[in-house]
Amino acid sequence: MGLIIAGFYLTMRWEKLQMKLTGAQIILECLLEQGVDTVFGYPGGSVLNLYDALYEYSGKIRHILTAHEQGAAHAADGYARSTGKTGVVIATSGPGATNLVTGIATAYMDSVPVVAITGNVAVAALGLDSFQEVDITGITMPITKHNFIVKDIAKLADTIRQAFYIANEGRPGPVLIDVPKDITAAVFEYERKEPVHPDNYCGNVTEEDIASAIELIQASEKPFVYTGGGVISSGASEAVKKFVDLIDAPVSSSLMGQGSFDNTDPRYMGMLGMHGTKTASLAITECDLFVGIGTRFSDRVICDIKSFAPNAKVLQIDIDPAEINKNIRVESQLIGDVRYVLDRLNQRLSQESHPEWMTKIGGWKAQYPLVMVEDYEEMVTPQYVIETLDELTKGEAVIATEVGQHQMWAAQFYNFKHPRQFVSSGGLGTMGYGLGASLGAQVGNPDKQVVNIAGDGSFHMNCNELVTLYKQKIPVVELLFNNNVLGMVRQWQRLFYGKRFSQTTLDRNTDYMKLAEAYHIKGLRITKKSEVRPALEEALSTGGPVLVECVIDKDINVLPMVPAGGAINQPIMEIEIDD
Amino acid sequence: MAKQHVLSVLADNNAGVLLRVAGLFSRRGYSIESISAAQTEHPEISRITIVTTGDEYTLEQIDKQLSKLVDVREVKVLNSDNSVQRQHVLITAGNGEETRASLIEVANLFHANIVSVENDSLMLELTGKPRKIEAFIRLIQPFGIIKMTKSGLTALERE
Repeated sequence: MGLIIAGFYLTMRWEKLQMKLTGAQIILECLLEQGVDTVFGYPGGSVLNLYDALYEYSGKIRHILTAHEQGAAHAADGYARSTGKTGVVIATSGPGATNLVTGIATAYMDSVPVVAITGNVAVAALGLDSFQEVDITGITMPITKHNFIVKDIAKLADTIRQAFYIANEGRPGPVLIDVPKDITAAVFEYERKEPVHPDNYCGNVTEEDIASAIELIQASEKPFVYTGGGVISSGASEAVKKFVDLIDAPVSSSLMGQGSFDNTDPRYMGMLGMHGTKTASLAITECDLFVGIGTRFSDRVICDIKSFAPNAKVLQIDIDPAEINKNIRVESQLIGDVRYVLDRLNQRLSQESHPEWMTKIGGWKAQYPLVMVEDYEEMVTPQYVIETLDELTKGEAVIATEVGQHQMWAAQFYNFKHPRQFVSSGGLGTMGYGLGASLGAQVGNPDKQVVNIAGDGSFHMNCNELVTLYKQKIPVVELLFNNNVLGMVRQWQRLFYGKRFSQTTLDRNTDYMKLAEAYHIKGLRITKKSEVRPALEEALSTGGPVLVECVIDKDINVLPMVPAGGAINQPIMEIEIDD
Repeated sequence: MAKQHVLSVLADNNAGVLLRVAGLFSRRGYSIESISAAQTEHPEISRITIVTTGDEYTLEQIDKQLSKLVDVREVKVLNSDNSVQRQHVLITAGNGEETRASLIEVANLFHANIVSVENDSLMLELTGKPRKIEAFIRLIQPFGIIKMTKSGLTALERE
């Protein structure tokens, strides 16, 4: 009798461990293995099986239905950037899959871990130009870290596990898994496995490498430290702080690095690059050692290679060996996770001191503050609005942006204190990114204030996601700067195209308050400086989604500005408006 | 300075791996002079031999970017000292009875195989270093090349 019971018990256990599940259920079980509790997506024919399974898993996995697959892709990306977890997006075959492309490319350019799951037509129908069939693995090959098509259900579970591993291993990035419809319908044994998380805290750094880096640092009298998005991915902010205190250097961050170093720290010199501060530009021109940490030396930072840090030796610390000597030749390199490398460096470094250099830089910082437009009197300036937003949110909000002038103003005038606070498309520069990304960020950070800073050009690209804010009760504050023009392009046309404002004057006369009302979202309008504070206070305390339209002049420019390919030490500081 | 380089890439023999490698070259603007790929002694692993042209920085980038592909296991830069490099050519040539004897003479000089004989032409086969293949083609040219196919370079590192 005892044996029978034991045998029964064992059979039960076996059945529990080795369940027969459909491919769709296996996908969701594998997501649960990875700790996924939220996915973004949009249903369709080829993912019917998956959505049927989601119906049954709705207590374990929250699905956020967006208005458009592009919005879902950006939401998964914003979720990932703001939480450090992997973003997951689901779309159907054909147009569903192609609508993800811009979102995947955005995540790829900024190294964001996203797993995209697309349906496809059944294996037997592949290659026959079947309805809604597209070769999405072929299409996304250059914009994913890796991608898969699963044609054998036996490989489904391990492929999903591998996708999460690849997305997070080393330098993060998006991975796509294409699953034909018959694979999600087929039944196969599933056995739960514990997730294998990549151990990124490592590097290919010898004692000699460390010694030579320390030699460079000790020989330097004017060091300059520059932090990028890699510092955020790696969680290296504290190590950076310790490092710069030890070597006594000023710090600047790239756009992607906003929040990697506390903007209110006295060492912080502001952003570096095309719209960086003059202090940062002057400092890198004079520095004798340029330490780039977790950064890929984008062309928007280097500007003209010949005049970039001409007196400096370059020490680069990055996890991706392919970023060494790609855009700039370096004297010394430390390849590895930046937190790991900095921890090792910090152990070996002794306290350096550069009082003259720091005083000189402090002088520049006082002499060249960011330009605040003063002569607008009662008119609203975006700089003032963002400073007020910074003050009201105590610099603690998660700020998403679209792409354009407003994005630069956000990066310049909001004082980011922590990593994962700034959610913005840097590499690809995707207009229409912010609203989707901000809703993803809010879903991932229900206790934080999330604000999406937008321009009217970008807003019109994907404003359909306002319905998602309403329907899913996502309390994002959409702060829309309406200047009725494509301001950044206009700024270039003014400077370099003889004021021929080709196709950049929008004047669409959109009634944003009516639009907000139509979407059942509270609308607030700011037209005067005196309305800024009360309107922002009201928006921030609403507790639900709000659209704040802020009417600004069409000729407020982003300054300083280094023209593309121009010398970084000669930024344009003023643009005369004479028309 | 731009030079020719030979890369030997070991990669998982997954569907699309050649496309991933070729796509990387195309999108980053690296040149492919020739590419040759086939299974190794392990059916799940392919060896891809690529001939490319570029300066030392381009070569460094190609090596690193290839190494980032998930399917790629190993990238080696080969030269004539550390490897054996071979190319294969098939040529159908000939312009009549009178010159046939001289054509066979040239083929014998190169130890080429005569693999097919027609009334007016011969098909010749030769394997050798790229320079030898070039010389062979140059000498066959006067006999009238009717058609020709050349393989990409294959190479194997010496132990």
